[in-house]
Amino acid sequence: MAKRIDVSGLTAYYGSHKAIEDISMTVEPRSVTAFIGPSGCGKSTFLRTLNRMHEVTPGGRVEGKVMLDSEDLYGTGIDPVDVRREVGMVFQRPNPFPTMSIFDNVAAGLRLNGKYKKSELNDVVEKSLKGANLWNEVKDRLNKPGSGLSGGQQQRLCIARAIAVEPKVLLMDEPCSALDPISTLAIEDLIGELKERFTIVIVTHNMQQAARVSDRTAFFNLAAVGQPGRLIEIDDTERIFSNPSVQATEDYISGRFG
Amino acid sequence: MSDKNGSTSLRGASLPRWSPWAIAAGSLALAVVIGLAGGLDSHVQWGLIAAVLFVLGTYGVTARVEGRRQAKDRVMTSLVWVAFLLAVVPLVSLVWVTVKRGVKVLDVYFLTHSMGVVADTEPGGGIYHAIIGSLEQVGLATLIGAPVGVLTAIYLVEYGRGALARAVTFFVDVMTGIPSIVAGLFILSLMLMTKTQPFGFAGSLALAILMMPVVVRSTEEMLKLVPNELREASLALGVPKWRTILKVVLPTSLGGITTGIVLAVARIAGETAPVLLLVFGNPFINTNPFEGAQSSLPLYIYQQYANSAGSGAAYDRAWAASLTLIAFVMILNLAARGLARWKAPR
Ligand SMILES: Nc1ncnc2c1ncn2[C@@H]1O[C@H](COP(=O)(O)OP(=O)(O)OP(=O)(O)O)[C@@H](O)[C@H]1O
Ligand SMILES: [Mg+2]
Repeated sequence: MAKRIDVSGLTAYYGSHKAIEDISMTVEPRSVTAFIGPSGCGKSTFLRTLNRMHEVTPGGRVEGKVMLDSEDLYGTGIDPVDVRREVGMVFQRPNPFPTMSIFDNVAAGLRLNGKYKKSELNDVVEKSLKGANLWNEVKDRLNKPGSGLSGGQQQRLCIARAIAVEPKVLLMDEPCSALDPISTLAIEDLIGELKERFTIVIVTHNMQQAARVSDRTAFFNLAAVGQPGRLIEIDDTERIFSNPSVQATEDYISGRFG
Repeated sequence: MSDKNGSTSLRGASLPRWSPWAIAAGSLALAVVIGLAGGLDSHVQWGLIAAVLFVLGTYGVTARVEGRRQAKDRVMTSLVWVAFLLAVVPLVSLVWVTVKRGVKVLDVYFLTHSMGVVADTEPGGGIYHAIIGSLEQVGLATLIGAPVGVLTAIYLVEYGRGALARAVTFFVDVMTGIPSIVAGLFILSLMLMTKTQPFGFAGSLALAILMMPVVVRSTEEMLKLVPNELREASLALGVPKWRTILKVVLPTSLGGITTGIVLAVARIAGETAPVLLLVFGNPFINTNPFEGAQSSLPLYIYQQYANSAGSGAAYDRAWAASLTLIAFVMILNLAARGLARWKAPR
């Protein structure tokens, strides 16, 4: 059920400010692709164009094509709501719904979309929490508020919430940046398991993490402050970290940047 | 503070914890002495002298013992306390006087009978008709004002962009400042055009006009407090925007929105002017807000005072009605607080 993403000539704006320019890449199904690059180069912006969350920002505008298998996400007649059901997202900061219990948080996607059978709900919640490696920690307190969990648990709760609606693609924007090494490891293991079922794109500032979890790595950069960000290269992770074809990538990875 | 040989110590001399109380007691005693000696017979003057002495005394004592920076800090603290007392003393004395004078005739008979067969100057009678009128008029006004206000706020925060939103915000601001009598006159002009006699619902309309901007403002603030991340989390799950607002944004801010609505209800419950113009007042029980004059609690209070030619019985009834009105507003506030606490995200 995982799907391929094929981006061509994508440019995104915030009002009149061009944040990223002319990005083309392919993301293979059932693989993990990592985005690295300096702060402000447009990784989050690009990620958010992949499930049409970019246009939620006032002034957000996109040009170019994003193909999900054979469908253009920005084609005419495409409903962004449907796109987001296919392409799920986990944010940098854990953001469980504060008014909902752990159970309701995981069930939120199904419930809010109104498409579920009551009998299935319990199974889906259990399956998703197990899928996010959280089940054992919360199975006795499913009715407690989700905001009562630790940061790492909350982030896994958000992952469970995202995979409960069975998306084809999972986008993660620095999912571990607020977490301790142990929770980080738990989420990295989880990514390894999830890639059996989903296409995963992850933004990270942590080189070791990119090297550990991803199959392919994309390096973004901007020419100067105020200039739009660009894709410098995308290649197999091993190659990027051992023998990148662009000098800027090597400089960035080895810490000789700027 | 630095001592003589130049090395600094972090521990300076400090006043004992009870010193503010001691200074307060001292300045109060001194104020009494000054008051008696100067022959000032107003206790308000005594209190003000005590307040000034308290602030000056705090500065003097602290500057001497602890140093100038701490003295400034303590003076600010004492100013805050004085301001607090200045605000609270009138409030407490108002409630106290109302309770003291209101309980005289406030009993079950008073709450369950109207003024239908009692002349305004005679003892007896009650406020049943006014309670009915108040509940119906305020209730109908809330049914109109609260939803319109909440929906307007949702539009402004969640959808509003550009000129229309700015215009709506501007008019809400203007409406906040409308004197209640003007809202009453506006509805009155409509009634004169259609040649209708006073009736309860006309008052409700004016009250709704007064309520709406208050609800819009408070709801707007509450909706803005909902973090954007929650909206994005919901949208990213493929939930349509309207459902996100209904199921995520509103529940998260429900406590605050209800508090705002209740405060607005409390505000209009005490409005007299538009009710006087549009509902007119009626000593008999009229349970139909859509036909015929009604009474209401604030209107009743005003008319008891105005129409009774100084009769003590009417004054007692006015005070008792005031107490009822204050109790109503307080209960409403407590209920709102309870609801907010109950619904608050834990
Ligand atoms: N809401 C916004 N409104 C206007 N400009 C924005 C907005 N969000 C981001 N930008 C701009 O877009 C550019 C790319 O930002 P983006 O957040 O995508 O960077 P990033 O690569 O994710 O950085 P980081 O690694 O720090 O998260 C930046 O120049 C930023 O100033
Ligand atoms: Mg980012």
